[in-house]
Amino acid sequence: MSQLEHHGTYTPNTGIEKWIDARMPLPRLMYDSFVAYPVPRNLNYAYTFGGILSLMLVAQILTGVVLAMHYAASTGLAFSSVEHIMRDVNSGWLIRYMHANGASFFFIAVYLHIFRGMYYGSYKAPRELLWILGCIIYLLMMATGFMGYVLPWGQMSFWGATVITGFFTAFPVVGEPIQQLLLGGFAVDNPTLNRFFSLHYLLPFMIAGVVVLHVWALHVTGQTNPTGIEVKSKTDTVAFTPYATIKDAFAMMVFFVVFAYFVFYMPNFLGHPDNYIEANPLVTPAHIVPEWYYLPFYAILRAITFDIGPIDSKLGGVLAMFGSIAVLFVMPWLDTSKVRSAVYRPWYKLFFWIFVANAILLGWLGSKPAEGVYTTLAQIATAYYFGFFIIILPLLGLIETPRRLPNSITEAVLERNRASASSEAKD
Amino acid sequence: MTSDEPTRRDFIMVATGMMAVVGAAGLAWPFIDQMRPDAVTRAAGLPVEIDISAVEPGQVITVTWRGKPYFVRRLTEEEVTAAGALTAGDMKDWQPADERIDEVEGADSGWIVVSANCTHLGCIPKTVENAPEGWACPCHGSVFDMTGRILRGPAAINLPSPPHVFASDTTLVIGTDTAGA
Repeated sequence: MSQLEHHGTYTPNTGIEKWIDARMPLPRLMYDSFVAYPVPRNLNYAYTFGGILSLMLVAQILTGVVLAMHYAASTGLAFSSVEHIMRDVNSGWLIRYMHANGASFFFIAVYLHIFRGMYYGSYKAPRELLWILGCIIYLLMMATGFMGYVLPWGQMSFWGATVITGFFTAFPVVGEPIQQLLLGGFAVDNPTLNRFFSLHYLLPFMIAGVVVLHVWALHVTGQTNPTGIEVKSKTDTVAFTPYATIKDAFAMMVFFVVFAYFVFYMPNFLGHPDNYIEANPLVTPAHIVPEWYYLPFYAILRAITFDIGPIDSKLGGVLAMFGSIAVLFVMPWLDTSKVRSAVYRPWYKLFFWIFVANAILLGWLGSKPAEGVYTTLAQIATAYYFGFFIIILPLLGLIETPRRLPNSITEAVLERNRASASSEAKD
Repeated sequence: MTSDEPTRRDFIMVATGMMAVVGAAGLAWPFIDQMRPDAVTRAAGLPVEIDISAVEPGQVITVTWRGKPYFVRRLTEEEVTAAGALTAGDMKDWQPADERIDEVEGADSGWIVVSANCTHLGCIPKTVENAPEGWACPCHGSVFDMTGRILRGPAAINLPSPPHVFASDTTLVIGTDTAGA
């Protein structure tokens, strides 16, 4: 059992509750996990994105299952079946816009969730597995999003698929056979579209499975909190319901208001007009860009324009891009600091915010043509991206002097309350 | 029974386990095998004949074989000269220009037959007439010369030539390099 004390335990009252509890105590599991489960009393709104992400996964699966009822996974029919959904299927336009924008908002939420984890040191012991499971979910999300974007069979679908499966040809000897295995042919074509549809339907359920593991791991170690100090006593926590439940629900509402604004007022803002042109294997769009949520990695891919020893620029770019995600997995071991939260780490806080700005800069550069000053800037930004993990994180833990830590979550909360009370008294 | 000698039971356990692994691998194979290019896709890889009688010097046409595009470019004399003037210092995958140019009997200029998928990540480079530059990839900025040799950008190697043969001075066959096939 973790250091957390439970606020209450499940007591079956009615006969049917007792009957179920003796046979398969699912209600007990739910009650202990989402009602009585103790959470730190100082969680802020940055901690609501886990709940938002669960909701987005459900929303994507629901809208996706409906879309699959009207979509035809065949190169001759795919593009027009999507237009059929938009024009002929009752409310089809709404379901499709919810699904397409839902993918973007899924990624907005996951990026905020990841940045939250980085800021408050959620990846540190004993939560390394929790963090790694999150990285796996993120990888699965990227694969799912990529394959989903191919399905409408527009120009960006086709050329995005060509470029991304082309990554594998960078590897010597095995690269080309692997690419043919993925595509089911020599180029992106009908076999590719069919298997991508099948996998796009499968992967969200695998994500749901890993989410269960992610939540399981979370409930073993307990949540982190803005102070980064572990829960020490019952006064440090509150019950999940109603406190976290209501806070999560409110954040979901706000998030969905923004989501709905995009769905109803600017449904194509995050998309690309070229994807409303049917796929044509003989014409490359003037400027191929992936969906916005891959842009930072695309910028890293294109930043490597030079050979590194025996590694040519193409393989170098692909390795850098895969490496930029792989490095997340080892982040718990790269950070040498004993202090968890950036609140008490003045230098880490600075480098963290530069990292965020740098990630946004990389995203912007990924949307620009790969030439001139953009390439140079992308190279500098790529260097910072890797430098942050490989140089700054290990060194900072050794040389940084953290601020004084409060003794407990309760003390931190009471101190803050006293401070605000005294400033109010002055007013 | 404190002997460290493996028993008959240990042997049976290991042997059964090995059979299970072999069985699992055998079962996995068809699931991997079905992902490889199917018979229809492979059949589409048969050689194609292309009528090139209408292609004038300086022109480029794009043709497909195996579902992939290929450039067929007829060079002007100036373009041949410009390509020949490039040296190993101008590119990272050096190959002399004359090794890449097909001379066709009865015709007066050189032909280039190369893949139209950029060797970086597979986009179709745009044709430019800015000798010695011949193609520029819009995706990641690779620039190739008139003969498809990489000049700069992220692509590491030249545009490869598919197997091809000029069956006559007006017919190009892509997909085989033996005449009369």
